[in-house]
Amino acid sequence: MKVYTETVVHSAPEAYVNEAPYQIAIVIRDDGSRVTGRILGGRVSIDDEVELAETRGGVPYFKKANQ
Amino acid sequence: MRPVAVIGLGKTPFGAFPDRDLRSLAVEAGRKCLENGNVQPPQVEAFYLGNFAGPAFVGQNHLAPYIGEGLGLDGIPSTRFEAACASGGTAFFHAWAAVAAGIYDVVLVAGVEKMTSQATPRVAEILASAGDVSGEMKAGATFPALFAMIARRHMHDFGTRREDLAAVAVKNHANGARNPLAHMRKVVTIEQVLAGKPVADPLTVYDCSLVSDGAAAVLLAPLERAAEFTAKPVRIAAVAQTSDRFALDEKDDITTFPAVKRAAAKAYQMAGVGPRDIEFAELHDCFTIAEIVALEDLGFAPRGQGGRYTSEGCTLPTGQLPVNASGGLKSKGHPVGATGVGQICDVALQIRGEAGEMQLARHELGLAQNLGGSGASAVVTVLRAV
Repeated sequence: MKVYTETVVHSAPEAYVNEAPYQIAIVIRDDGSRVTGRILGGRVSIDDEVELAETRGGVPYFKKANQ
Repeated sequence: MRPVAVIGLGKTPFGAFPDRDLRSLAVEAGRKCLENGNVQPPQVEAFYLGNFAGPAFVGQNHLAPYIGEGLGLDGIPSTRFEAACASGGTAFFHAWAAVAAGIYDVVLVAGVEKMTSQATPRVAEILASAGDVSGEMKAGATFPALFAMIARRHMHDFGTRREDLAAVAVKNHANGARNPLAHMRKVVTIEQVLAGKPVADPLTVYDCSLVSDGAAAVLLAPLERAAEFTAKPVRIAAVAQTSDRFALDEKDDITTFPAVKRAAAKAYQMAGVGPRDIEFAELHDCFTIAEIVALEDLGFAPRGQGGRYTSEGCTLPTGQLPVNASGGLKSKGHPVGATGVGQICDVALQIRGEAGEMQLARHELGLAQNLGGSGASAVVTVLRAV
């Protein structure tokens, strides 16, 4: 799975104000489908390989692969 | 279909008006428009209202008859249109369709939003409801975040520079400083844009349009009857509304808006013109990257080159294609439901030669592009001098 695009959100919506800044990304899964998720740990860039770390409340959390 | 003309225009200033409510803003724009078009309320046969989120921003629903009553409209079909940031353009499209089809002769279109009574995190949440709340928004996206991700990919794929994005803000702020109705009449520099408070990387606060209150209205009538109302009718040469994939992560390529390309193709065909014939445009610069992508999707700049086209000065008031001479959403303000109707007003003002300090040298054929969400709705309109 790899990062298609990403951003660090500084100005968050009401529900996530306490979590900002946080990084989100559109990730291309191995089957070619895409999903928007959160990034855990170090920041990622476009084309970085990522893996699923966990799923919370239906939201996938990814982290850089092999870390 | 018969030709349709814009016969009247009315706008409130855009800005933060703590002592004004939603209805009073819409009524002010509507009254100015009726007066401008020499139309009495009983002559209006139908009322079309663009509004994105009145229920969430101010707790009021059933808005079209609520505002119509304030305007003295009585007993006529009154309907609210919602298509996120393209709500105003969508109301305009449906009003045009009804007049073109011969159902009505005189119709009023208004757009309004009252946004500043809510705190910024709540505004972000309400705006986010124009995206997929069960997917991208649940992950913590905001609208600035969606367009930031578009910017990142555009920079990656085409070498668009951070300074190219900033050039859009610098130009639109300089233009808006000449607009007496603009929310933020302030000139900014590239350095200020780059050093601005970060919103969603790489976008700073200067890359984002403004949270504003405001309203705009236009009157439509068949072209053959336009002279009864005004000495300066403006012909609607074309208007097209389209849709596309809803969420950003459902798109194969996020650096282009297929809905805009489709609407442009239809509008150019209907008007019998191409992008090179267009003399000036009002584009939906909700974020700086959105103006760059729009330049490409509308055929004004080659694919991937919208940023360079901007940095080279092509979209300045003195350039080959002046874009957002009004200041755009960036400087003029973006009261969501009013935006699409406001763009029509600004293009028509140019064509009528009434744009004051904003007046462009070439102003007979203009285009307006209104975008909803992250590209799920689009409206493209071409107006020309009669």
